[in-house]
Amino acid sequence: MARKAFRPGRTLVVFFLVVVISYGLVALGGTWKPELGLDLKGGTRITMTANGSPTSQNLDEAAGIIDQRVNARGVTEAEVATQGSKYIIVEIPGDTSNSLVELATRTAQLRFRTVACSSLDPGPCGTTSSPVLPSDSSSILPSEQPSTSGSPSSKPSDKASGSAKNRPAVLAKPSAKPTQKASAKPTKSPSASPTQTGSSTATPSETPSSTATEAPGDSGAASDDPAQMALAFMDDPGKAAIEAFNSFTCPAKEDIVDNPDKFLVTCGTEEEGDANVKYLLSPAAIEGTDLKSADAVVPSQSVSWIVQLNIGGEGKQVFADLSRAMVTTGQQFAVVLDGRVISHPGFDGVIPNGEAQISGNFTKTSAQSLATSLKFGALPISFDEKATSVEEIGATLAGDQLTAGITAGIVGLILVMIYCLLYYRGLGVVVIASLIVAGAVTYSMVLLLSKTAGFTLTLPGIAGLIVAVGITADSFIVYFERIRDEMRDGKSMRVAVQAGWKRARNTCVAADAVSLLAAIVLYIFAAGVVKGFAFALGLSTLIDLAIFFWFTHPLVTVLGRYKFFNRGHKLSGLDAEALGVKRINTVGGRA
Amino acid sequence: MGKFSRLGNDLYNGHKSIDFVGRKWLWYAISGVIVVVSAAALLVKPLDMGIEFVGGAEYKVTSVSNLDQGLVDDVRSAVADTGIDAAQQPVVNSNGDSGIIVQVKPVTTDESAEIADTIQQVTGVADEDISPTEIGPSWGKEIAKRSGIGLAVFLVLVVLFIWAYFREWKMSVAGIVALAHDVVITIGVYALSGFEVTPATVTGLLTILGFSLYDTVVVFDKVRENTKNLRESRTTYAKAANLAVNQTLVRSINTSIVALIPVGAILYVGAVQLGASTLKDLALALFVGMAAGAYSSIFIATPLVVQLKAGETDVLQAEKREKARQKKLEADRYASVPTFSEDMPIRDEPGDDDFDELDDEPVSRPAAPTQEARAPGEPGRGRVAPPAHGPVRPSGAAGGRQQPTRQPRSKRGKK
Repeated sequence: MARKAFRPGRTLVVFFLVVVISYGLVALGGTWKPELGLDLKGGTRITMTANGSPTSQNLDEAAGIIDQRVNARGVTEAEVATQGSKYIIVEIPGDTSNSLVELATRTAQLRFRTVACSSLDPGPCGTTSSPVLPSDSSSILPSEQPSTSGSPSSKPSDKASGSAKNRPAVLAKPSAKPTQKASAKPTKSPSASPTQTGSSTATPSETPSSTATEAPGDSGAASDDPAQMALAFMDDPGKAAIEAFNSFTCPAKEDIVDNPDKFLVTCGTEEEGDANVKYLLSPAAIEGTDLKSADAVVPSQSVSWIVQLNIGGEGKQVFADLSRAMVTTGQQFAVVLDGRVISHPGFDGVIPNGEAQISGNFTKTSAQSLATSLKFGALPISFDEKATSVEEIGATLAGDQLTAGITAGIVGLILVMIYCLLYYRGLGVVVIASLIVAGAVTYSMVLLLSKTAGFTLTLPGIAGLIVAVGITADSFIVYFERIRDEMRDGKSMRVAVQAGWKRARNTCVAADAVSLLAAIVLYIFAAGVVKGFAFALGLSTLIDLAIFFWFTHPLVTVLGRYKFFNRGHKLSGLDAEALGVKRINTVGGRA
Repeated sequence: MGKFSRLGNDLYNGHKSIDFVGRKWLWYAISGVIVVVSAAALLVKPLDMGIEFVGGAEYKVTSVSNLDQGLVDDVRSAVADTGIDAAQQPVVNSNGDSGIIVQVKPVTTDESAEIADTIQQVTGVADEDISPTEIGPSWGKEIAKRSGIGLAVFLVLVVLFIWAYFREWKMSVAGIVALAHDVVITIGVYALSGFEVTPATVTGLLTILGFSLYDTVVVFDKVRENTKNLRESRTTYAKAANLAVNQTLVRSINTSIVALIPVGAILYVGAVQLGASTLKDLALALFVGMAAGAYSSIFIATPLVVQLKAGETDVLQAEKREKARQKKLEADRYASVPTFSEDMPIRDEPGDDDFDELDDEPVSRPAAPTQEARAPGEPGRGRVAPPAHGPVRPSGAAGGRQQPTRQPRSKRGKK
């Protein structure tokens, strides 16, 4: 054997300890019944009403995004459907206090805008002539080649002075909370750098002045190009916008209406710690629907968290133009979710391919939460919050189906056990013990997951678990057939148990690897019910492997020490007759 | 069980052998017919997609007095009993304290009125308390697309995995063919049975996907083990593969029984006791698919691998060696009869009913070496024919007995 000191008894004890601990955790959780799914127990039904008259395509898209949101972990099996021409119905297991209700109704709309001025740095809105914002909260840079054009010298000087750092910002930025630090700075700090010229050459707009010559209002420039429009707006937001900005106070008292065609005056978010900071933002340069992906990662040469973005569609070109114009000026753009600025990074380089990363002083949690907001926040339509109704609904399946299903499953499993006993005799006891332990482990896992991850059992889920237990039995069958084959070759039982184990193990690991592969791939890619299925499949496969390695094999090894088995007692299932041979070796044999 | 156990032993050592590989065209033909019937069924009678896929109509009933689960169940059976096709499997649940929601598949105006009437009769609400609306599919194109992508990625990875594990892309191909076979048959049975396709069916199909590949990998693992060293085991690829299938046959039967019993129980309860139900849909998919999965690993995947590999040099050489051995065997039948020794594996007496098979499979017995069993030249233990150094053939000069033949020196080549 590979491991010289294989101690089956110890393995068994440790395994049982783990099982007992898992039940101890369940006892701590305090629930002994798993959460039942929509079909068995009912849940909460949310009806959301879209504002205006959205196209059916937009409505479908919104339903899809909400579906991804509520089924992001895939263990809850919520259902999302469109109804009529302006309703979306979300059905969630559990009562109305479920946190998913809030998640579903969060009518997030994500847009990218440029920052014209903020209360940290009034820019063209104030009396100073410095439009440059301290870009010390976070910065954005191309994900592939850090700083090709954005060399340290062309960067805003406040950054260099603030962080005393020569390399571009893959590393952590000095502060997670820009407000406190930045607001302490006077606006005429030495950071107001000579970047104004760079900006004015990059933009085809008039002169970079803060004079309120005329008020273009909702569109800063005559250009159709959103990038030029947004850039021009930064330099010259117009009188109406500035007035709106100056009369606005943060935190906002009423809801902020996020109209993509108009400038936006808004506040930061509390999570970011800058709820008191107000911003004047350009009309939307990039719609959130152009965002292809957003992930929180730690780059290989770094220790701090960043958020990777991939912008596609029309937004890609706009983003490239913006980055080209803004990299030298140190101006910022804002990521606006539901009218709130959730992030306002500057550029550290030109980003031609839409692949960018936001770096800053992220923690794991803050990076992941930003990525999630970015990824799932991009609803194409807005909803009327007052018209949203939340009701409790009952089960969709008749009450007898659950009992009938469970009865059928139990009867089926008892039949399986009887068959195993008849065929494998003594070894059949091992199969039954393994199946019972597998069932117990599965049940404790389901309980734990329904407590921690909101896992709910639907009727198909229960059927799937019963079937999975049946498939688990296959590992044992493969193993026992191997043992018998080895004994037919003239090995004694104790040798055959080890020799058969080596071969059966390889077979089972390979076959289970296929199942695990299916589970992982489907979990990553699929949505909704399929995701829930993948989760259950992966769980049952892992349990199968655990039982096989840490329960069945040690148990058979231990049993092999008893005369009942290794002398081939008639009821052991390993006697000469059961093997179909004339006599069995009781000692030795070629391993 | 004694007989079955004995069968297990006979299958293991090759005394009994079912010719899975040799009769491949028979199995192909059977599977072909089933697959064609399934495909035809799919064309003639398309799948009956559920509300989750096609959307439909929703009736929102308000101000229901005496609302409880029993009333909801009554409404469900009453709507199902209207005989309207689209309303065979309605989704009915309570809504708040005094509401009921009924969902059916797309219906015509007349049918819609009938359903509304039925609901009204059961619940006893007024006309204006029932408001029908249109409802979209909860399994929209987006989910289908994402699941499709997931499936495609999985299949690609599985092909690569089998290739890497067995070092044999032909096994990947055979595994995928077997998988397609199982899935087509399952879908065909669905079309024929007219059961509604629900998300539960989809999960059932995915389970089959996993099971089919799982089973194929188990069988292939044995095939690989047996065919690892063809030269040493003195057999051909086809024979070794066939033996492998026979040796795993008992496992396959046991596994199928153990996996199918619970599914069968669920299917029985779902279809016979409950009538229309989610359980029935799921259990049917699982039952058919798992049976097909176990079948295809043995009857389709393995013969296909043998066929695909038939052209490889190693395999051809093994065939050649086998032919030569056959010839030798015919030349002297008794040359390879082993004599008794103490540690000889036990085998049945000659004259047993399966003696005939012995002639067909003289070399596929493991641990039953034909020539190594005795040291050549042992005296007094029967006739010993030393292995020929070169080709032999019946010679006219020696009364038709086997004689070594020798090519003229010019044709022998230089040594």
